[in-house]
Amino acid sequence: MTDTDLLARALEMVGVEQYPEISEFPVERGYIWTSCASVENGNPLYWDDEVAGALTGGPIAPPTMVSVWFRPHSWAPGRAEVALPLQVHFDLKALFGLPEAVMSDNSIEFHTPVRLGDVLRTHQVLRSISDDKTTKLGTGRFWVIEVVYANQDGDLVAVESYTGFGYRRTTDGSGR
Amino acid sequence: MATIAPTLLFDDVRPGDTLPELRYDVSATTVVLGALAARDWRPMHHDHDFAVNRNGTRDIFLNTPNQAAWFERYLTDWTGPHGRLGRVTFRMLGSVFPGDTMALNGIVEGTEVDASGCGFASVAVTLSVDGDTKTTCAARIALPRRTDDNPWARRGDQWQPSPVSA
Repeated sequence: MTDTDLLARALEMVGVEQYPEISEFPVERGYIWTSCASVENGNPLYWDDEVAGALTGGPIAPPTMVSVWFRPHSWAPGRAEVALPLQVHFDLKALFGLPEAVMSDNSIEFHTPVRLGDVLRTHQVLRSISDDKTTKLGTGRFWVIEVVYANQDGDLVAVESYTGFGYRRTTDGSGR
Repeated sequence: MATIAPTLLFDDVRPGDTLPELRYDVSATTVVLGALAARDWRPMHHDHDFAVNRNGTRDIFLNTPNQAAWFERYLTDWTGPHGRLGRVTFRMLGSVFPGDTMALNGIVEGTEVDASGCGFASVAVTLSVDGDTKTTCAARIALPRRTDDNPWARRGDQWQPSPVSA
């Protein structure tokens, strides 16, 4: 298949809702505390139920954790293949035969707060794909993938946009 | 229900205001803990050999969701718990590795009261190592306009996390 054919195949995916998913587990406090601990975030909203009750009507998760609830378990019974988050990203790597990839840009718009016990839903949409580009890491393509999150009531929770760069190494880079 | 006094009010913020610097010594533990807290099991965030020999990077490096958590912590350290993030946009220019001392700095680029009456500050935050910018973050965060205002109480049309023109 030529590069032109591959690009045409990728462009067919642009704008299409893919990979509707339901989170493998409800939003829970252990991960919230682990995340806050990892960056030493002492915001009382996440540690003090009285503050959470007064400001947010009860405990919520830090908004920037929204993607955490969708990263699959590293293993699960009966799972034959490793489940990958942001599957569209890996589909594009495979389609173009690009062995390496990094994320360059990430944008998140926050809507309804995520609460303990929420079971979130998501889908992914490829928004754009570039021509061949060469950076200090190698040669490949940039792509933009949007991830839409909603809660079990259908309320929009967040819209996240990732810019990925899939590439083949040409030199030793400093990485991203 | 208890009343929590706001730490920072919208009217106390002006364009050009700077946020206190946050400095942090990054270790391998910082990187691995951050990746696992984000359920990111990919090897470049915990496996030195994979990071160096497959990704071509100097070492394992901070992952994107953990950097988002660092930026959120930095912003809400400034605003207090009333601060409600509307939108964040990150650009990763270089990696943050074990042994680096990262510095987060922020400056208020603008303030705006939207059509619903919600007050937002736009803040440009940089994460740098030895003066070299590794990540930039453009954040839009809501602040209370009065002591009895609470951006978290906004629902539906009363909450517009991005500027309407965006």
